[in-house]
Amino acid sequence: MCATCGCDSNASSSIQHIGEHNHPHDHAHEHDHSHSHGKTIVAVEKDILHENNLLAQRNRGYFDAKNILALNLVSSPGSGKTSLLERTLTDMKGEFPFYVIEGDQQTTRDADRIHATGTKVAQINTGKGCHLDAHMILHALQGMKPVENAVLFIENVGNLVCPAMFDLGEKERVVIISVTEGDDKPIKYPDMFHTSTLCIINKVDLLPYVPFSLDKVKEYARQVNPALEFIELSCTSGEGLSGWYQWLKAKVPVTETV
Amino acid sequence: MHELSIVMSILDIAEKESAKNNAVQIDEIELEIGELSGIDMPAFDFAWQQAVKSTKLEGAARIVTHIPGEGLCMDCEAVFPMHQLYKPCPVCSHHFITILKGKELRVKSLVIN
Repeated sequence: MCATCGCDSNASSSIQHIGEHNHPHDHAHEHDHSHSHGKTIVAVEKDILHENNLLAQRNRGYFDAKNILALNLVSSPGSGKTSLLERTLTDMKGEFPFYVIEGDQQTTRDADRIHATGTKVAQINTGKGCHLDAHMILHALQGMKPVENAVLFIENVGNLVCPAMFDLGEKERVVIISVTEGDDKPIKYPDMFHTSTLCIINKVDLLPYVPFSLDKVKEYARQVNPALEFIELSCTSGEGLSGWYQWLKAKVPVTETV
Repeated sequence: MHELSIVMSILDIAEKESAKNNAVQIDEIELEIGELSGIDMPAFDFAWQQAVKSTKLEGAARIVTHIPGEGLCMDCEAVFPMHQLYKPCPVCSHHFITILKGKELRVKSLVIN
């Protein structure tokens, strides 16, 4: 059993810290049984996501204590999460200590791209899993050891459905949609837009070529989440990126001097 | 297919609770699943059939209480049945809505042997 979080050995995901030597994280298995007879009703009354939510709060406490801004980036595959991170990490280099946790089913391709920007990155491969959970983040952090006052980007598995249910302990959830997707995505996949605080509309340089209405996408998204903020940008042309950088800077917690 | 993760979490809770009570077998499990919890029941059933094999939940009766969604309009304070996240308040047509019921995902009880 894992000494830190008590996890069992059923984890099918793996974590690799890119640019470092890798050590496997093994869990032993414990089983205890004794026997008795007769039927008993046990009132369990437990949230199914209880374990995940406890670990998420634990991560959140860690981030708060170290004054780390943790952002959970969610979207469908191909909306440009990794490109946005590459661009951001390059343009804002030196402004904050940045860290990235990459979530994909397979390969270290995304982590390799982030590593190339000179940023410390861990790749989580979820195997068959369709989302990151708080437990995976906890273990990725153990190897990463981010410094205080840092910004941590967690790039979730490209999936507009499943990651919505799993709190990772992030400060804010940022949903990214690109103009090559339909503008009705927010009502087709409402959970993700409901749980996010910022919506980045990416690839706006392609707007002249696709039937995508900025007004419509915002209208649909506000039906699900009236408080949602929007930033329109293009990682290719650079348009709108300054708005995203300003948003980031405003979110970084100010260190309190005693 | 986050339903598989959900089923695995249920298995985990059931195994821990039954071990606490020294049970060898679980006869019945009662769940509460809200309408707005994001669970697709066919996917859930499929994941369930595969995941409970060779566990204490194999052969257990599964009782699911479905909890209908209920919203509270923050503008006009109307309380109404809520089936989708994007539908406006039926009284004032505004979208500032708090979910009162329907997000539940709970293991209520077990009958163990």
